[in-house]
Amino acid sequence: MLAKRIIPCLDVDHGRVKKGVNFVNLQDVGDPTEIAAAYQKQGADELVFLDITATNEKRKAIVETIEQVASQVFMPLTVGGGIHSVDDMQQLLKAGADKTAVNSAAVSNPRLITEGAEKFGAQCVVLAIDAKWNPDSQQYDVYVNGGRKRTNLDAIKWAQRGVALGAGELLVTSMDKDGTKSGYDIELYKQLTKAVNVPVIASGGCGKLADFVEVFDQADVDGALAASVFHFGELTISDVKNDLRKDGVIVR
Amino acid sequence: MMIIIDYDTGNTRNVKNALDFLGVENRLSADPAEILNADGLILPGVGAFKKAMDSLNERGLVPVIKQAANAGIPMLGICLGMQILFDKSYEFGESTGLGLIAGEVVPIPDNLGVKVPHMGWNQNRSQQADPLADEFNNQFSYFVHSYYVKTAPENILSAVNYGIQIPSIVRKDNVIGFQFHPEKSGEVGLNGLSKFKEMVENADYSRN
Repeated sequence: MLAKRIIPCLDVDHGRVKKGVNFVNLQDVGDPTEIAAAYQKQGADELVFLDITATNEKRKAIVETIEQVASQVFMPLTVGGGIHSVDDMQQLLKAGADKTAVNSAAVSNPRLITEGAEKFGAQCVVLAIDAKWNPDSQQYDVYVNGGRKRTNLDAIKWAQRGVALGAGELLVTSMDKDGTKSGYDIELYKQLTKAVNVPVIASGGCGKLADFVEVFDQADVDGALAASVFHFGELTISDVKNDLRKDGVIVR
Repeated sequence: MMIIIDYDTGNTRNVKNALDFLGVENRLSADPAEILNADGLILPGVGAFKKAMDSLNERGLVPVIKQAANAGIPMLGICLGMQILFDKSYEFGESTGLGLIAGEVVPIPDNLGVKVPHMGWNQNRSQQADPLADEFNNQFSYFVHSYYVKTAPENILSAVNYGIQIPSIVRKDNVIGFQFHPEKSGEVGLNGLSKFKEMVENADYSRN
């Protein structure tokens, strides 16, 4: 059966990997190809590149970054950030990406999901959702524009609609947990994995080994994404996999 | 020279990247003379069966690939490139494949309690002793597909469990297929491509 995926996320700004905590305070951490190759060696199952400047910048830089990474690193590559059209998707897939993640643009133009899925296949279209718990309405709100703007969408319903439109996978970040290192948002992923029948990747909040075990044990997610714990060497992918293996989770 | 058959399909560039990375001399080509003179052939493929066959037909490559296979040139089909090695597929109606290995391509049933497409890392189990299958035995490789191949056990070198047994490596003489993407399967995938290169170098065939 399929192995659960451990997925480092690389935030890329002008061809350099950065990680912002709570979407701010950028800190330069390195060259995307070198970091990607190191993760391949550690046993990462997939890499997510988030072009954090894409919304206001040209796309050329990220396309070049993906071309370079894809010439040295041989595992599935997902790219997100500022993808607004089928042409944007095509450029990235041609550069060597396997999947493209759409977020804000899919909220304003849901047809983008369908057009991408029809042209490249559902497996190439990942719907990325930034979700935040709303204690007043008792639901998860969808945020866009890098977490800066709240929408009226309910994250669980939006996830279901995205899958119906053609999304082949969901990459869902808990804004409540992101940057806190207090563990994944188990309740969010429980609800999501019950609501849809496509792979769900959990993102946001990972700080220690036990967080991975918890999210795979308690919510039926297919992968777990993390950034800073890996970038700064607090954990290695093999640490995480050894720990999961001990717990009986199937990993590569 | 390893020739990657160029027929306007998706994963060609990543296959070329992997061969370049391994230092395997290779070229993309749709030229019949180059294909028939190749030391080894790679048939990539992503997308739909019928579209891939139409694309090969438009380029007049179907008889060329058959001739190359019959001449004993080692040939590796990857993902959809493996599926079109077989007789026919039921994807979007029935369509005819290259017929180099007996068998057909059918949908992964949707009542197995597994998600379709079969997308992710799955563990290969050798079904027969073979240098290529040995390279992948108990190792995970990366799959993305919604259809799978039904063929006689003698053609199946390796399989993965996904509610049903899905053939992951097939072989009939010099014609080989990987259902997974070696170019996306990390070190294990690269090792498999190296093994194919070794096979090409040691191939004992005559060109008539």
